[in-house]
Amino acid sequence: MKVTIESLRSDILKDIADISGENVAECYQCGKCTAACPVNQAMDILPHQVLRLLQLGLVDEVMNSKTIWICASCFTCAGRCPRDVDLANVMEAVRVLLLRERGASRIKAEDMPEILRKGMPEQGIVSGFRKYAK
Amino acid sequence: MRRIGVFICWCGANIAGTVDIEKVVEESKKIPGVAYAGEYRYMCSEIGQDMIRDTIIEQNLDRVVVAACSPRMHEPTFRRAAESAGLNPYLVQMANIREHCSWVHKDEEEATRKAVALVRTAVAKASRSVELFSQEIPVERRALVLGGGIAGIQAALDIADAGYEVDLVEKSPTIGGRMAQLDKTFPTLDCSACILTPKMVDASSHPNINLFTWSEVEQVEGYVGNFTVTIRKKARFVDEEKCTGCGDCFEKCPSKVDSEFDEGLVQRKAIYVPFPQAVPNVPVIDKENCRWFVKEKCRVCEKVCEAEAVDLEQEDELLEKRYGAVVVATGFDVLGLEEFGEFNYGKHPDIITSLEFERLVNASGPTGGKLLRPSNQEPPRNVVFVQCVGSRDKSRGKPYCSKICCMYTAKHTVLLKEKYPQSQAYVFYIDVRTGGKDFEEFHRRAVEENDAIYLRGQVGKVFPEGDKLLVEGVDSLSGKTVQIEADMVVLAAAMVPRTDAPEIARLLTLGTDAHSFFTEAHPKLRPVETHSAGVFLAGACQGPKDIPEAVAQASGSASKALGILSKETLLSDPCVSKVDESLCTGCLMCIDVCPYHAITEKTIEEKVHGEVVKRVVAEVNEAVCQGCGACSVACRPGAMNVKGFSNEQILAEVDAVCL
Repeated sequence: MKVTIESLRSDILKDIADISGENVAECYQCGKCTAACPVNQAMDILPHQVLRLLQLGLVDEVMNSKTIWICASCFTCAGRCPRDVDLANVMEAVRVLLLRERGASRIKAEDMPEILRKGMPEQGIVSGFRKYAK
Repeated sequence: MRRIGVFICWCGANIAGTVDIEKVVEESKKIPGVAYAGEYRYMCSEIGQDMIRDTIIEQNLDRVVVAACSPRMHEPTFRRAAESAGLNPYLVQMANIREHCSWVHKDEEEATRKAVALVRTAVAKASRSVELFSQEIPVERRALVLGGGIAGIQAALDIADAGYEVDLVEKSPTIGGRMAQLDKTFPTLDCSACILTPKMVDASSHPNINLFTWSEVEQVEGYVGNFTVTIRKKARFVDEEKCTGCGDCFEKCPSKVDSEFDEGLVQRKAIYVPFPQAVPNVPVIDKENCRWFVKEKCRVCEKVCEAEAVDLEQEDELLEKRYGAVVVATGFDVLGLEEFGEFNYGKHPDIITSLEFERLVNASGPTGGKLLRPSNQEPPRNVVFVQCVGSRDKSRGKPYCSKICCMYTAKHTVLLKEKYPQSQAYVFYIDVRTGGKDFEEFHRRAVEENDAIYLRGQVGKVFPEGDKLLVEGVDSLSGKTVQIEADMVVLAAAMVPRTDAPEIARLLTLGTDAHSFFTEAHPKLRPVETHSAGVFLAGACQGPKDIPEAVAQASGSASKALGILSKETLLSDPCVSKVDESLCTGCLMCIDVCPYHAITEKTIEEKVHGEVVKRVVAEVNEAVCQGCGACSVACRPGAMNVKGFSNEQILAEVDAVCL
């Protein structure tokens, strides 16, 4: 892996910081989040590694991981973190960014009648539209 | 017209790099009252000081302004230079054109303009300054040491050895403190008691040391050189003179409570001596748990005492003592772990703190030094140590590093291996910090020779499974989660000040940080002094530290205290408050705002239209006043002035800076 000044200062890192409200630099990699995580066994990269990769600007590795989708947002990591870093917020920010980025192909307007016919809940449709943003 | 001399310092490039010195000299010459303005590269150098002295004489100067660094640095230097030319040292005024100007500005033109303004301000103040004289205060040549741990003992011994009398006040029934609870000490593995107890005996037998155990300081009045302290000598209910230390009383006592000395791992009696080498070896009765005091039944101890030393009618004594200096060495506690539910501390006997581990491994402890699992009294095989429990944790614990845990845990792994060569130690750590002589070597010895497994990461959960404890953690270096079946889990809980530290701070007007550690006067250059003159700090009450550091600081404090005690009189700082009785209306607002209790009221008589009237005015005890100026601010009629910082001087400064 290559760490560069560009990747360390990328816009996407700023977006993650803005959306989550968390400063990943505050993490000192004690691993408490991983140790406390009830679903860490199913993850491909461990919770503390998510923060480490973000500290190094390696956003793609985080975005392409299974971990962010396995995270159950139980907030145990956030509750136990000695540095007050809310990792669950960071995971959510990464998910939101992914959904926004790829969201355009998730629901197409012409598919709407079919989707409605299948009885998809309205809430699902609204959140699908939300992902057109950006 | 005044004849003021202005001396402008370059401070190498520190000032001259940003400020146009020539320009400041030129502008200074234009200020009314300035008879001379000159500059030099290093005004604090001998050449610079000579220049000030010679110029005062040659130019017949009557006030001096030095535009240089902060007065905290070199004001005494320049005052001495002026004094050597026969000028009262308080006629020297400093203009801080370094910290307040060159260091904080980049633009030369603006910085120069500000430097000129600061010089003008200092000249305005200097032209209104008056000669001030220090007073001589007699010194009570005795010291008080608060806290009988290793730091307090060391400070007391050093002061006593220098020939001055010391009262050592300790809250608990014996001196010895935390060090008495420890088994071995890192990194040399000396037996803690073997090196501590001789010092305890020295302290108790020293002709210059008076021990006041089971005693607390209740009130402190006075000032450096002259403290008046009220000590409460709590009723021991055992006559110290008559007691032979036979131990019959606590053998027969029927009431049991958790032993503080053994960290609650075993029980003691209501009449007790905390440990066999206690000094003094005289039991005390813990009133809260004694049957006689709770239920008015029993008095067994009294019956069995052949020396008739038990005296249940004894009462607390209040002693009033005078001291010239005070050393505070109140020590530390261990953070409570209520917030750390994941470790299940307190819910299972085999989950213990490091201090409890010390007791378990100590020959005078609950297992006679066998180090057995509290749950079943079996030797442990797998022991997990967890570092930074509450340390470096700004969320649920303390943001600071407790400093000693890395080393004592390495020591614990070595002691475990010594007792049980078949056992295995696991240490969960975030960083291993081994800053200290032979510390890193000792840590490597734990890993390389004693096979301790260090796992970089934290523990998420500890829970009982069968007769084992299941520890779930992470090793971030391998990127794997780790499960260990442990027989014992040892938590390195953070070091915190004693719970009564804020109360001690209030009694002695000490500053504390956000965690109630006492603050030193300067973090680097005045590490044992406090902002209360004559009060010094030693040991962990000032911040986490190990034994050698506590001892070194204690000796430092002792030498500072001796600096006071070795003098018959002290010179006071004349920059203290003064009441203009003709203006004082007697509202006494100043008494309320004074943090040093330096102001009292007095009644004066004066003649008004031929009649004698009495009225109340404020009076300042110049020896107690620290010159903070709170009274001057609060004083509505403007009767209170801090000498050297009078209202007139300060208003003149404001006028000058606004020009």
